[in-house]
Parts: sequence; structure tokens; C-alpha cells
Amino acid sequence: MAASSQMTALIEVNGLSASYGRVAALKPVDLRVEEGEFVTILGPNGAGKTTLLRAVCRLIASNGQVRFKGQDITGLRTHHLAKLGIIMVQEGRGLFGEMTVYENLLLGAYGLGSRSEEVERRFEQVFGLFPRLRERADQFASSMSGGEQQMLAVGRALMAGPKLLILDEPSLGLAPKVAAGILDTLGELNRNGLGILLVEQKAPLALKLARRVYVLSSGSVRAELPAHEIKSHHDLARFYFQ
Amino acid sequence: MTSRASIFSKLGSYGYVAIAGAALIALLFAFVFIQGGYLLTVMQLAMIYGVFCVGLNFFMGYTGQASFGQNAFAAIGGYGTAILCVQFGWEPIPALFASMAVAGVASLLVGYPTLRLRGHYLAMATFALGLITYDLSVQWTSVTQGYMGYSGIPPLGIGPFTIEDERAKLVCLMLILLFGLWISGRLRNSRFGRALRAISTSELGASALGIRISRYKLAAFVIAALYASAAGSLFAHVVGFISPEVFGLQMVVVTFTMLYVGGVGTVLGPAVGAIVASLLPEVVRSTGRFQDIIYAVVLMLMLIYVPKGLSALANVGKKPAGQLEKEG
Repeated sequence: MAASSQMTALIEVNGLSASYGRVAALKPVDLRVEEGEFVTILGPNGAGKTTLLRAVCRLIASNGQVRFKGQDITGLRTHHLAKLGIIMVQEGRGLFGEMTVYENLLLGAYGLGSRSEEVERRFEQVFGLFPRLRERADQFASSMSGGEQQMLAVGRALMAGPKLLILDEPSLGLAPKVAAGILDTLGELNRNGLGILLVEQKAPLALKLARRVYVLSSGSVRAELPAHEIKSHHDLARFYFQ
Repeated sequence: MTSRASIFSKLGSYGYVAIAGAALIALLFAFVFIQGGYLLTVMQLAMIYGVFCVGLNFFMGYTGQASFGQNAFAAIGGYGTAILCVQFGWEPIPALFASMAVAGVASLLVGYPTLRLRGHYLAMATFALGLITYDLSVQWTSVTQGYMGYSGIPPLGIGPFTIEDERAKLVCLMLILLFGLWISGRLRNSRFGRALRAISTSELGASALGIRISRYKLAAFVIAALYASAAGSLFAHVVGFISPEVFGLQMVVVTFTMLYVGGVGTVLGPAVGAIVASLLPEVVRSTGRFQDIIYAVVLMLMLIYVPKGLSALANVGKKPAGQLEKEG
């Protein structure tokens, strides 16, 4: 751990806090994701997981410091973070339902402007991972099944060429088999070097993929430990209620 | 035989209702064109309102923002072109473009602070803009001539060639509207248009993809103002007279009706809405003193049963893009 903390992290969060009105949803939190690392945040409902991700991506107002590859990005706005390569797949997928699959994917590559060769290359990469999206290219996003929509949400994020992919409960509302398929794809992306920060309720699935885990409860980090050290739900519950 | 089959196949991909609708509008134009008289004027005004609504659709439809003050920019267009032509002897076309430029700058100056507001607050701020402009057009008599307005505004034309024939005016306005629709369609399906539509669905989601929300909203607001200004100028040149009432609250209500009846957020909706909402009062006029009630009832029925607007009917009978399979 000591060696890794001396390296420049992909993203490093120090004392990040956020509140909704007078309610402190997130007490000062420290968090770190190394280059190519898969980190999972676990916690019960209302623990502040989504708030933490939103605060990192500047989707809500927050206090504290965020550094990306050593650069202080605390004051930057959300669209600047996207250009740096910090891409978030929001809870509920955040798709543009009245647009086609193709248009949603194109919006993912928004930052590329008119560099069509690179856009085409990314289309091929995404269609390679999710062949279903190629078949559905002309279909409205809102008319697809939950699993296909999640594929599209991840695919759109990949079109942006992320350096850090942040996902908020990608398995939400999906059948177990479909959820496992989505998370397997995330594992494959991580093995290819993509840094991933994942919030997930389905702890067993997430723990299979993650290297490190942060356990969040009541807006605070209760534990930071290697994923393999959590063997059962009892281990998690111990942290939740400590 | 093969080519005929392929033509029918291609037409089928547009949907039969869309083809029937296009044919109906074409027939309507032909009828008005042959009939002449008062209906020509009604259709001319429909074309002008259509231009206004196509612009409004950028801001309200594609971008999903509320503006009750676009009549202010139509007033800038109308008064700008009237003052330049009547008082300074400018040609109509340069006056129209100069007025558009003024409206564009004004929308930038007004939009930059105003568009920080959202939802009802933005709607109220833009509504105030429309009211202020109306008051200015009434009170600033040294420039606007108050309730007297401006008359003797020359018809559209270049040099000695002026469009004075009513049928020629209609054709000219129709071409301008088609040009406006073409730009709207091109932009809607461009990177710019996709960004606007993304903002309309989710500002946070769009921002998370790198889209600068405030810049795009401002751009849509300015485009809407340019169209509104052009519509105001066209009104001045076609009718030959303007007064504060032309650009008052009535204009806001009428254009909102047109936009929603036709289909907000669609390319053709604003034009369809402008034509239908302009002609409908003429259709129900025969009902005498009940005409306003019947007009309102028909509009309400349309909004209830075709909530996405008449242009959404174009999708009826269209070939589906793909089969839906639910899995999880």
C-alpha cells in the first residue's frame, strides 16, 4: 500500500463532502483509483455511494479536493472532466430515449468533433463488445430492453474514450444473467487497462472483478481493503453497522 | 417494373400517413393558389408564423427550454426593417439582414445572463422580455411611432424587382419557409443538433459527455431570435404595416399553439402547426358566434389525442426500425 500511495494515482479524492440542504450526505471521504485498477464501492441504501460519484464528477456541489493524474481538477466543471477522460454511466443509464442507438453512441464521441476515422474505430470497438447494438443501431434507445439499454450506456461511455470509467449500479433492474454479462464486459475492459470505479449493490458480482473495495455507510468510508478479504455478507454487514 | 416497385418501397418507408399529409398540404396550396383572395393572405401569414415557429422550435423543441419572449425579437425584426426602409430608404433585403443582426446581438446580450435560469424562472424572465419590448414599442414613440405604427413599408424585392403580386408573395414565403426547414433539419441531425436534443433530455447527462450546456442553450436562443427577427421583417414587408399589437402577447399564444399542435421538437411540426392553426379559424368561421369555442375545442382535442403533434402522425404506418425483445 505504501508503494502505491507514492505513485501518481489515476484519480485521488481527499476530504470530499457533499450535502443536500442541511443533510450531510457525504462526510469527508478519501478515495483513490490507480491506473488500470478496478475499484468497487459497496454500501447499503442511503450510504452516499451515488452522491460520492456525483461529487467526483461535479454533477453536484461539493467540498474537498479531486486530483486526476496528479492534476488538481477540483474547480473544473463536468464537461471539462469528460474531456479529460472521466466518464460516468449514471444510475438509470441516462440514455437519450428519443434518439436512436446510433445517435446515442455518436453523442458519446462528442468530444472527438469531426474526427470520423477515430469515431469509426470506436464504433467498431463498441460493436465488437456489444454486437446487439449494431443490430439495434436505428432503434430508439427507449424502445430497447433493460439489458440492451445498459449495453448502450456502457457503449456510449466507451465512445468517449475514457481513461476512468465510473459506473453507478449498472446491474440495477437487470436479470441476473444479463447483469453478469455486463459486469463480465467491464472485467474485460479492465484487463485491457481501463481504470474502473464501480458502485454496485450486487456485491458478489462486483467482488469477483474488483481489486480493492471501499465500504461506505452513512456517508463515511468504513473500510478500505482488498476485495478478496471479503468472504461473505457477514463481513460486509460488520462494516455497515460498525 | 422493378423501379416502380422500388419507388413504392421507398415511399412506404416514410409511412402512408406522412405521404397522405404531404399530398394534403400540396392540394391545400394548390387550392389556395387557384382560389386567391383572402385565403392567400391567411396562407401568407401562416408561412411567416411558420418561420417564427421553426426558430422557436430550436429553443423549445430541440433544446427543451421555455421562452415566452421570442416576440421581442420579431419586434426588433419588424421595427428594424420598417425604420431602415421607411426612414432611411434602405432596400428590403439588406434591412432584413441588418435587423436580424441586431436581433442576434440583442439575444446574445439578453440570453447570456437570462439562460442561467431554468424552468419556470426562465419562462418568467423571457416573458418579462416580451412585455418590456411591447412597452418600448408603445412608449418610445420617437422611434416606433407608438400605436400609430409604421405604414408604407415596401414589399420584398431587389432594386426595381419587387414582389407585389399576392401569389408571388406566397410562393416566395413558402420558399423561405422551406429553406428555414431545410436548415432546421440539417442542424437537428448534426453534432450540434444532437447536443441540443441531449440537453433537452438531461442536462446533467449531456454535461457528463462533455457538452457545454450554457453555450448550446445560448446558441439555440440566438438561432430562435434570428428566425423570429426574419419573421417580423417578412411580416412588415408582406403586410406593409406594423404596430405594437402585431408583436404582443397574442403572438406568443398563437405561436405556442402552432408549435404544440404541429409537434414540438420535430422538424416539420412548426410548419404543419402554423398552417393548421392559421387555417382552422377559417374552417370554423361558418359556425358564426360559436367559432371561437369550436376552434378551442378542436385544438384541445388535438392536444389530447395527438399529444406529440400532428407531425407525429407521420410515423403511423412507418416500417419499424427493429424488433423488440425484452430480456431483463
